[in-house]
Amino acid sequence: MLLGLQAATVRFGGRAALDAVDLAVAEHEIVCVLGPSGSGKSTLLRAVAGLQPLDSGRVLLDGRDQSGVPAHRREVGLMFQDHQLFPQRDVAGNVGFGLRMRGASKGERAARVGELLDLVGLPGAGARAVAALSGGEQQRVALARALAPRPRLLMLDEPLGQLDRSLRERLVVELRELFGRLGTTVLAVTHDQGEAFALADRVVVMREGRIAQSGTPLEVWQRPADAFVARFLGFENVVEARVEGEAAVTPWGKVPVPEDAPQGARSLVVRPAGVRLVPTDEGLRCRVAARTFQGTHVAVHLQPQDAPRLEAACPLRSAPEVGDEVGVEFDPADVVVLG
Amino acid sequence: MAVPVAFFAVFFAYPVAAIVRRGLKDDGAWHVGRIADVLGQSDIRHVLWFTTWQALASTALTLLVALPGAYVLARFDFPGRQVLRAVVTVPFVLPTVVVGTAFLALVGRGGLLDELWGLRLDTTVWAILLAHVFFNYAVVVRTVGGLWSQLDPRQEEAARMLGASPLTAWRKVTLPALAPALAAAALMVFLFTFTSFGVVQILGGPTFSTLEVEIYRQTSEIFDLSTAAVLTIVQFLAVGAILAVHAWTVRRRETALKLVDASLTARRPRGAGQWALLAAVLATIALLLLLPLAVLVQRSLTAPGFGYYRALTDADGGTFLVAPIHAIGASLSYAAAATAVAVVVGGLAAAALARRDSGRIVRGFDALLMLPLGVSAVTVGFGFLIALDEPPLDLRQSWMLVPLAQALVGVPFVVRTMLPVLRAVDVRLREAAAVLGASPWRVWREVDLPMVRRALLVAAGFAFAVSLGEFGATVFIARPDNPTLPVAVARLLSRPGDLNYGQAMALSTILMVVCAVALLVLERLRTDRSGEF
Repeated sequence: MLLGLQAATVRFGGRAALDAVDLAVAEHEIVCVLGPSGSGKSTLLRAVAGLQPLDSGRVLLDGRDQSGVPAHRREVGLMFQDHQLFPQRDVAGNVGFGLRMRGASKGERAARVGELLDLVGLPGAGARAVAALSGGEQQRVALARALAPRPRLLMLDEPLGQLDRSLRERLVVELRELFGRLGTTVLAVTHDQGEAFALADRVVVMREGRIAQSGTPLEVWQRPADAFVARFLGFENVVEARVEGEAAVTPWGKVPVPEDAPQGARSLVVRPAGVRLVPTDEGLRCRVAARTFQGTHVAVHLQPQDAPRLEAACPLRSAPEVGDEVGVEFDPADVVVLG
Repeated sequence: MAVPVAFFAVFFAYPVAAIVRRGLKDDGAWHVGRIADVLGQSDIRHVLWFTTWQALASTALTLLVALPGAYVLARFDFPGRQVLRAVVTVPFVLPTVVVGTAFLALVGRGGLLDELWGLRLDTTVWAILLAHVFFNYAVVVRTVGGLWSQLDPRQEEAARMLGASPLTAWRKVTLPALAPALAAAALMVFLFTFTSFGVVQILGGPTFSTLEVEIYRQTSEIFDLSTAAVLTIVQFLAVGAILAVHAWTVRRRETALKLVDASLTARRPRGAGQWALLAAVLATIALLLLLPLAVLVQRSLTAPGFGYYRALTDADGGTFLVAPIHAIGASLSYAAAATAVAVVVGGLAAAALARRDSGRIVRGFDALLMLPLGVSAVTVGFGFLIALDEPPLDLRQSWMLVPLAQALVGVPFVVRTMLPVLRAVDVRLREAAAVLGASPWRVWREVDLPMVRRALLVAAGFAFAVSLGEFGATVFIARPDNPTLPVAVARLLSRPGDLNYGQAMALSTILMVVCAVALLVLERLRTDRSGEF
């Protein structure tokens, strides 16, 4: 394992920002830590970088304990949330900074800076002032700066956080391609699940300083570990339920569940695609409270009587209007009974 | 941290302790009760009261007069702005003796106002207050305006968009951001006026006397060393208390500010109101700062054919062992050495103090560093004289004695100038550098230094100017064959006769020009370097 955390704990006052976290990252792996703000994901990066001392536990790099190794000797790269480019240096001065700290010669530096600027799609930008760069360009320069000293582990803190959506989506693809080509080991943190799923080989969901779930994007998406993870991933239809055989008793009435579903008191998720609209005299009677256009489908928010709201994904043509009364049935293929 | 501590222990704490010992210790026994005895005297209580209220009045008046100037110089772009910025700094670096004399020439008997309208202020407290504003205008403009010019104007715009009126936006957004600098400036002005010596000595006459003047009087006229020592201790305690409160309030208020390049925030004045403001500030500067200096220069030229200036090259006057003109070289080399010492010691101290995780002891040192400002320069000089002239530390013959005393006075300026800017450097920039492989020392050199270079240059300029104009301490330890400019001026003034008076005026004019040139070079340096930002 390239990076290992063993029972890593950081406390701020009485609160544990990292609570006995165990995590391992293999070489060439891209791991994305996903969590709401305050979940401890940034503290995790700072602890690995050596910017935040651990209260207990260990950080291992290449199997060696890093306690007592200061940040500047850990040879890891960190791309900060808002980039933190050095304002008084030009682009080349920023990208070449790490190399200069390691005593690289001028020629070596110039060659590597040129190479990296080509790599991130800013050829010839070396002499530009960082203040004159756009947000996307700053992000590229920050990436080039972090990559230049060839860190054994590259860490990204909300790498695309401040960029606009279309740019973000394009850059995720670029980053994924780039890291695959370079074989970089990456540990990124983000609060955006779309970003995490698009970028990562493995997603780690954090909650209140602990790891709530770890798995491939597909695993996490298909089988969220608990109601928190499911809600954080954007699933709205999460309720407490009692599973008995092939059906579950929920506030929405009886919901059919897959055959192998675990029994007893559980959390239950219905994906929006599994909420089918039927005539009002069939199924659960609901009123359409809101509808939002999502491009490929319409998300319809349904208000049953005396039960939590439901979100349904409807094809563009057959979506009901706000105020309509509809009936609802559930498709067991899109119902997930949580661990 | 060790360097500043050692410096202060040897060159400040030790001499002060020597004075206290001389004052309170008699026949091997301590007489602490003397403090109460001295404070019980009604004339001493009167001096204490006058010292305090004139300092408060001077501080308020200075802020009132100088804040519009700070704003105009920070935010308005107009031709001659750089020059004007240097010009307003010149009065601050003039020796107190010269300022006193210049104001005497303006508002005193036979002065300009007397000649024109028969108006005399030299027997009123107004002369002292005006001279104090003259002196400290630059403190406010530099300290507050320096930060003001780097505040992001968009912060105020954001408040405007949220429904704040221009005044409310200024009060709620800009004022809190300026608060640390404002507090620092007010504190400096209060300290300078609280410990004012030369100005009060000359303009106060027999009526007005500050603690400092009283200490000097007790030392040099009455030779009552123990009363002088007691007064020193009282001043020491009062100033220590003020500084401790200040350090506490500043620490609570300082936050990481969003600083931008100063050249981005300045713009041309717009509308009649702003032009009027600019005109008012220019008029204030002309009347308050330039007029006294102009009168000074005019009086130095009253002898035909530059007579007073030519007399300076003549060693036969008998006042000195060398021609007065040699004082220029001596002053410059002393000031350069003192600046180097002050910048190194003050820079190290500021860097240690700027660390947010710095402990209680280090923070306490913050207040301690300011003490040389509060303890009278006379005390520092006198302390040097009696403490450093015998083993274990005999520096009486060393030329370093004068620069060391001047550096002691300069260090607090360096710390005060550097600290707000150092504390405002975003800690994550330092972290970014550390992760890229920079050791703590490299982080300081690569991240902090480029961002504070401007402040460092300003600090160095201050230290240089203060050293050049330093009088109270230097007068005790400068050797007769190697006087500095202010010492030479004072000696010439103390002698009767038009020639000596004229020579003093001429020499002060030279000192003024030297200071002005030094500051203009510094301003030039600043703008060149800031091009990188």
